[in-house]
Amino acid sequence: MVLLETKSLTKYFGDTHAVDRVHFSVAHGELLALIGSNGAGKTSLVNLISGLLRPDSGTILFQGADVTTMPVHDRIRAGIARSFQLVTVFDQLDTLDNVALAIFCREGKTRRLLSLASSDHAVRNEAFEILREFGLEAKASQPAGGLSQGERKLLDIALAYALRPKLLFLDEPTSGVSTREKAPIMNIVTSIVRSGKISAVIVEHDMDVVFRYSDRIVVMHEGAILADGTPDEIRRNEQVTTTLLGTSPSQ
Amino acid sequence: MLDSPGVLGHVAPVDVLLVHLLNALLYASVLFLIAGGLSLIYGVMRIVNLAHGNLYAVGAYSTAWAVGRMLGGGQPSLMLYLLLPVGAVTAAALGAILEPTLLRPLYKRAEEYQLLITFGLLLILEDLLRFIWGPYPLSASSLFEALGSLSIGESVYPAYNLVVIVVGGIAAVALWALIYKTKFGVILRATSQNMRMASALGVNVNRVYMEAFTLGCFMAGLAGAIIVPQQGAVLGMGVDALILAFVVVVIGGLGSLEGALLGALMVGIVREFGIAFFPEVELAVLYFMAAVVLLIRPAGLFGHA
Amino acid sequence: MNPIPALPKRALLSAIPIAVILFFLPLLIAPYQVTLLAYGLIFAIAALGFNLLLGYTGLLSFGHSAYFGMGAYAVAFIVKYFNITSMEVFLLGGILASGAIAALFGFLCVRYTRIYFGILTLALSQVLWSLAFKFYWVTGGTDGLRVPTPSLLGVANPEREEKMIFLAHRYYYYVLVIFLVAASAMWVIVHSPFGKALQAIRDNETRAEFVGVQVWRYRWIAFLVSGIYAGLAGTLWVPLNGLTTPDILHWTFSGKIVFFTVLGGFQTFMGPIIGGVVYNYLETYAVGHTVYWQMVLGVVLVLLVLVLPAGIAGTAGRLLLRLRRAT
Repeated sequence: MVLLETKSLTKYFGDTHAVDRVHFSVAHGELLALIGSNGAGKTSLVNLISGLLRPDSGTILFQGADVTTMPVHDRIRAGIARSFQLVTVFDQLDTLDNVALAIFCREGKTRRLLSLASSDHAVRNEAFEILREFGLEAKASQPAGGLSQGERKLLDIALAYALRPKLLFLDEPTSGVSTREKAPIMNIVTSIVRSGKISAVIVEHDMDVVFRYSDRIVVMHEGAILADGTPDEIRRNEQVTTTLLGTSPSQ
Repeated sequence: MLDSPGVLGHVAPVDVLLVHLLNALLYASVLFLIAGGLSLIYGVMRIVNLAHGNLYAVGAYSTAWAVGRMLGGGQPSLMLYLLLPVGAVTAAALGAILEPTLLRPLYKRAEEYQLLITFGLLLILEDLLRFIWGPYPLSASSLFEALGSLSIGESVYPAYNLVVIVVGGIAAVALWALIYKTKFGVILRATSQNMRMASALGVNVNRVYMEAFTLGCFMAGLAGAIIVPQQGAVLGMGVDALILAFVVVVIGGLGSLEGALLGALMVGIVREFGIAFFPEVELAVLYFMAAVVLLIRPAGLFGHA
Repeated sequence: MNPIPALPKRALLSAIPIAVILFFLPLLIAPYQVTLLAYGLIFAIAALGFNLLLGYTGLLSFGHSAYFGMGAYAVAFIVKYFNITSMEVFLLGGILASGAIAALFGFLCVRYTRIYFGILTLALSQVLWSLAFKFYWVTGGTDGLRVPTPSLLGVANPEREEKMIFLAHRYYYYVLVIFLVAASAMWVIVHSPFGKALQAIRDNETRAEFVGVQVWRYRWIAFLVSGIYAGLAGTLWVPLNGLTTPDILHWTFSGKIVFFTVLGGFQTFMGPIIGGVVYNYLETYAVGHTVYWQMVLGVVLVLLVLVLPAGIAGTAGRLLLRLRRAT
C-alpha cells in the first residue's frame, strides 16, 4: 500500500487549473522530488495535501484514510507535516522553544496553562536532540529571529520533523540559501528519510539537488503530471527535457 | 409620523413610505461618504484610521462655526451654502498634515502601531474639538430651515434633506468617475493592487498615499459638513460615526467603494425602518446585520479577503 | 518588533522584595495613598489580562471596558437584587459574569485579526454601554449603582467613619493578595506550553497552525482569560470606588487600558503592571490640572508609539542591558 495517494485532485483559481485531475502517490520511505516550471502547480499540490487549500474535486488518501476535508491539525496528527517556501519560524521564541512547541503540540500538551514549559524535561531534551541532529544546538537559547537564513531554513524543517510525521513536505528547502549551505540541508533531509523511515516530498528548482538526492522525480506542468520516474528515467525523458530543462542537466 | 409600531398587516400610506425611504437615503448618503473614505484609504494604503470619524466631526464643527460666524444673526443668503465645503476642506487639510507626520513613519512597522497611533489621534481630536468649540452642540440649523419643506402627499418633508441626498449621489458619481475615468484613478488603483509594482513603474507612492488619505478625509469632512445643518455638531459624534462606518464596511467589504455604497444603502434602510417599527432595537439590528455578514462572508459582500 | 531581552529567572526573585515592600507600605504612608496604590494594583491586574492578548497573542482589543464593567456591575447587581455584601460572592459573580461575556464576545471576535478584531471589540463594548445607558431602571443610568463596603472572608464591614481605614488596611491587603496570586498565575500562564503556543500564533499564525496549534480555539481561550482578569479588576474596583456608572463600559475606559499597557510596555511581563500603577498616579494628579485629560493621553500615546514603543519597562530593560554591556 502506498503512503499517500491523490485521485483526480483538482483546484481552480478563477479559470486556471492550478492542479488538474492529478493522480499523485508517495511510497513508504522514499525521497520524492516535485519539479516543474513556475506556476506548474507544485506548491498548490503541496498546499492541497497539507491542508492549506481545499480542493474543488478529487480525493486525498493517506494510509488508506480519506483526509480530503480533514482540518489541518488532524492531518498533522495523522502524520503529514510541512515546511514553507518563505521561511517562517517563531522569531521571538528561542530556537529551542520553537522545536519544543512542536513537540508540545504533538503530545497534546499545549492545553496546559498552569505548568511551566521549561519544567517539562522530556520535551526539552527531545527538542535539544532534534536541534543537535540539525546542527542548531549551539543556538538553542537564542531567539529564532537572530539566526542566519540557512539556520532558519533548518529550523523550519526541524519544526516539521519534530512532529514525527510519516510524510514530510518541504517547499524549496534549499532556496534562498548559499550553495555551501545546501549540502548540509539535503544531507540532513536524506538522513531523516533513511533513518526515520519517513517519506519526504521536496519541491525544488535546483536540478543538482534534485538529481543527486531523490529516489523518484515527479514532473508537473500546467497543473498536470508530465512524468514520473527515477532520476535516470526522467533524464532520458525527451518530453521533460525539452519542456522544462532546456539542455540536459549537469551530472 | 407613524401611528402604531410595526405589526404585520399594518399598511403604510405611500407618502409615509416615501418619507421613510428618503430618510434612509439621507442616512445612506452621509454614511457612504464616511465609509467610502475609510474604505478608499484602506484600499490604497492598507491602513484603518481610527480617527476617521473625528474627521467627520471636524467637518461638521468647522462648517457650523463658519456658518455661525458669517451669519451673525442675519438671514442666510445663498452665499452661505457655499460655506458647506469649508468642513470638507478643513478635514482634507488636516489629513494632509497628519499622513506624513503620524502615519508615514509607521508603514514599515507592525500594524498594531498604526492602530495605536490613530487611536491616540482619536483621543486628541475628541478633546481638541471640545477645547476649540466647547462642550455644547454647535448648530447651523438656519441653513436647514431656510430651505423650507416640500409636501409629499399628505406628509411634509424638509427640502434640505433632498440637498444632502443629491450631494451624496453626486459624490458617488464623481468618485466613480475619478477612480475609473481619470489618470489619477488609474494610479490609485495600481498602487492599491500592487504598491511595489507601481513604485517600480515610477509612481511616487508617498505622494499617492498622501493624496488618497487627503481624499478620504475630504469625504469624511464633507459628510459632516452637509449633515450639520440637519443635526448639529455634538461631542462624541465622531466615534458613533466610526462604529457605523465600520458596520457599513463589514457589510460591503473593506476597500471596496461599491461595497461602501451598497452597505450604506442597506444600513440606511434597515436603520430607518428599524427605528420606525422598533425604536429600541435599532442599534442591535445593525450589529446583528453586521454579525450575520461577518459569519457568512467575512470579507464582506465585495471585499477582498 | 525588536525582542526585548528576557529577564533572567533570577530577576524574578526581585519580585519578592517588591512584594515585601507592598506588604509593609501601609505602615509607612497615609491611608489615602494606600488606597491610591490599591487602585493601581487593580489597574495592573486589568493590564496583565489585557496584555495576554496584546503582547503575547498579538491581538489589540479596544473593548476591554466591557469585561471590567461586567465585573463591576455584577457586584452592583448582587448588592441590589440579592442584598449580599460578601466580597467572596462578589468575586465569584464578577468572574462568572465577565467570563460569560468574554466567552461570547471572544467567540465573535477571534475569527478576525487586527483591524476587524479591534473595531469589533470596540463596537461590542459600545453595545454593552448603550444597554447600561438605556435600561437605566436596572443599571441606575448615569447615576449608577452604589456598592457598600463588603465583608471580607466573612468578617463584616466596619462603621462609616472607619471606612477609609478599612479600605487602606484590610481591603488593601485583600487586593494585594489577589494581585500577587493573579500576577503569579499570569506569569505561569505566559511561560506555559499554552503561552508558547500563543506567542507562536502572534509570531506567525500560519506556521503555528501547521505545527498543530488550533489557532482560533487558542485565541478564544486567551480572550476568555484576558476578559476574566479584566472582570476581576472590575470586581475589586467597585467596593473601593463605592459606585459603578456606565462610564467604565464606555470605549474611553477601554482606551485607558490600552494606554497604560502601552505606557508600561506591552512586550514585557512587568510592563503592564508598571503601566497600571504609574497611570493611576498620573491620572489622579493630572486630572485635577486639566479638563483635557484625554488629549494628554492621546499625545503621550502618539509619542510612545513614535519614540518609545517599548514603554517604560521595555526602555528601562534596554538601558539596563546597555549599562551591563558597558561595564
